[in-house]
Amino acid sequence: MESFFVRFRNVLVLIAVLLAQTILLAVQVRRADALDEADGHKVLLLRSWVVAAVTPFERLSHGTGQGIRGSWSNYIDLRNTRQKNQQLQQEIARLRLEQSEFAEDAAQGRRLQALLAFREHYVTTTVAAQVIGTSGVDQSRVLYIDKGSADGLAPDMAVITPDGIVGKIRDVFPKTSPHTAQVLEINDPSSGAGVLLASTRIRAVLRGAPDGQIQIGNLTQDSRIKPGELVLTSGGDQIFPRGLKVGIIDSIVPDPDHQPYTRIRVKPTANLTQLEEVLVITGVQSEMTPQAQQDLAAGLATAIEAKRAADLAAERLPSLSGGVDGSATPPGSAPATPAPGTPPPSIVNTPVPKPLPTLHPDRYTFGMTPPATSLTPGGHNTPTVAPTTPDSTTSAPATGSADASDGEPKPAPKKPAKPKPSTTQPADDGNSPQPSTPPQSQQPPQ
Amino acid sequence: MATRSYTSRRELDEHTFHPAVTVLVPVAFIILQALLPKIFSKLAILDLPLIATIFFAVSRRSPIAGTITGMIIGLLQDALTNQPIGVNGMAKAFIGYAAASIGFKVDVDSITTRAVMSFGFFLLQSVLLYLIEHRLLGMHGFHVIWLHELLRAAVNTAAAIPIFYLLDRTRTEE
Repeated sequence: MESFFVRFRNVLVLIAVLLAQTILLAVQVRRADALDEADGHKVLLLRSWVVAAVTPFERLSHGTGQGIRGSWSNYIDLRNTRQKNQQLQQEIARLRLEQSEFAEDAAQGRRLQALLAFREHYVTTTVAAQVIGTSGVDQSRVLYIDKGSADGLAPDMAVITPDGIVGKIRDVFPKTSPHTAQVLEINDPSSGAGVLLASTRIRAVLRGAPDGQIQIGNLTQDSRIKPGELVLTSGGDQIFPRGLKVGIIDSIVPDPDHQPYTRIRVKPTANLTQLEEVLVITGVQSEMTPQAQQDLAAGLATAIEAKRAADLAAERLPSLSGGVDGSATPPGSAPATPAPGTPPPSIVNTPVPKPLPTLHPDRYTFGMTPPATSLTPGGHNTPTVAPTTPDSTTSAPATGSADASDGEPKPAPKKPAKPKPSTTQPADDGNSPQPSTPPQSQQPPQ
Repeated sequence: MATRSYTSRRELDEHTFHPAVTVLVPVAFIILQALLPKIFSKLAILDLPLIATIFFAVSRRSPIAGTITGMIIGLLQDALTNQPIGVNGMAKAFIGYAAASIGFKVDVDSITTRAVMSFGFFLLQSVLLYLIEHRLLGMHGFHVIWLHELLRAAVNTAAAIPIFYLLDRTRTEE
């Protein structure tokens, strides 16, 4: 008997080792989808010991790299700082304008949500953390960050960047590494999130793929879903707040393994392969933060001011309310050589309401005016769509849009209007017939 | 006088290493493996812990030592992932046993033999991981892209050859 163990000791040791680890696996894995859940106490203890042993080296490496990069960027590479500062200032100004455009929609949306008793979740507090290491195994897309339970982090907290979501906190190690947390990336095969397609408003479940991409696999073929559509978090998973960017649809192919479903590949908006800093969402609430409310109020005030300026411009210069085809002049496309009497670009570029659709179009209807290039001063000009009126003469005044609202189209001047820029001063009362506006202001810029 | 490597079949005595080398090299490889993908994400294709496993198993020529070494390295590697602890431990323990057994029978001194051996063990690890995850644990969502595994084996083989020669210098002369 002794010779048996001596003779086969190598194989017996191998079998014993494999058997012990099989039992270890059986203890851990009770369900097939348990990979994204936190470990049990004993497994967590083993894991936390290893993490506690490895993370100091990762911190050292990360700190060294940060120090070198900081020395370079803070003391040496400052050549373009002023230029970048100016660019950022311009971007802030542009973003403020954008914010004012969205503020009114947001206010309306909040009113509707209040009517529906819809409870929105706003991000109130976040903790910035730096990525210090990875799992080192490409089948397991896990990151380690330099903030942990001592900083208020807990499992299942969302991890994001300004570009999009990253994943969630999988584990913290309060006893051995209170300043370290394990993040499960969204592209891990065991990871997932509830998402919403931005334009079609279709809800879906997003999962990581074995090749490190993310994909939606629970939707059937739908012609409305197209590549390039933005994917947002839906908030249904109770981890990611609603409305965070996830990615952009990259491709849509039929899933051969699960017919009739499709495999929708999503390109994440966050760069998951080169993460340096992340934000961990530590608090959400149903009310907006005071700072966010102030920002929204400021944006709303700017929007109201812009709308007032637009209304004023439309009232005084109704011909600016649309082009020949009824479309508004695109913002920022002022004519290269403005005619005398043309309002300044600041007024022209303000958003102007479009004319209401005409119920019974006639020659005075907005848009029936032939282009200025076809007009002959003093000659006989026919409108674009000739009604049955025999005495159709010249171009109709461009006041149709303003006058159509009261249902009484104003007659055109009997004399053909010559393009006299000096006669384009707006009347004080909006009821008097307006002289022809110089056609340059109605045409899109060349 | 020709230099004989510890892996030469003519040197059938088992080689030993300084305890610091035995401990620090695998730990350093595990830490490097965790750090390198952060610097350059494509480097996640490397498997430095398996290179260490193969090296120590072949050099010691003891299947028991190879099994234990592979198990410890694999368990440490598992602890840093979100996988159940034991997946890599089982795979690397088996590879440590196989590598030590091969070291008895084949001359693993030449570059060709080392390259073929490394390539084969990396592919074997992919097969073992697939069997453990898919069959033993029943995780049917676990898929293996075999073309990627072939590429992984080739890249790791290319990395293993120079690493083996560097680690040859850490052996203890008796």
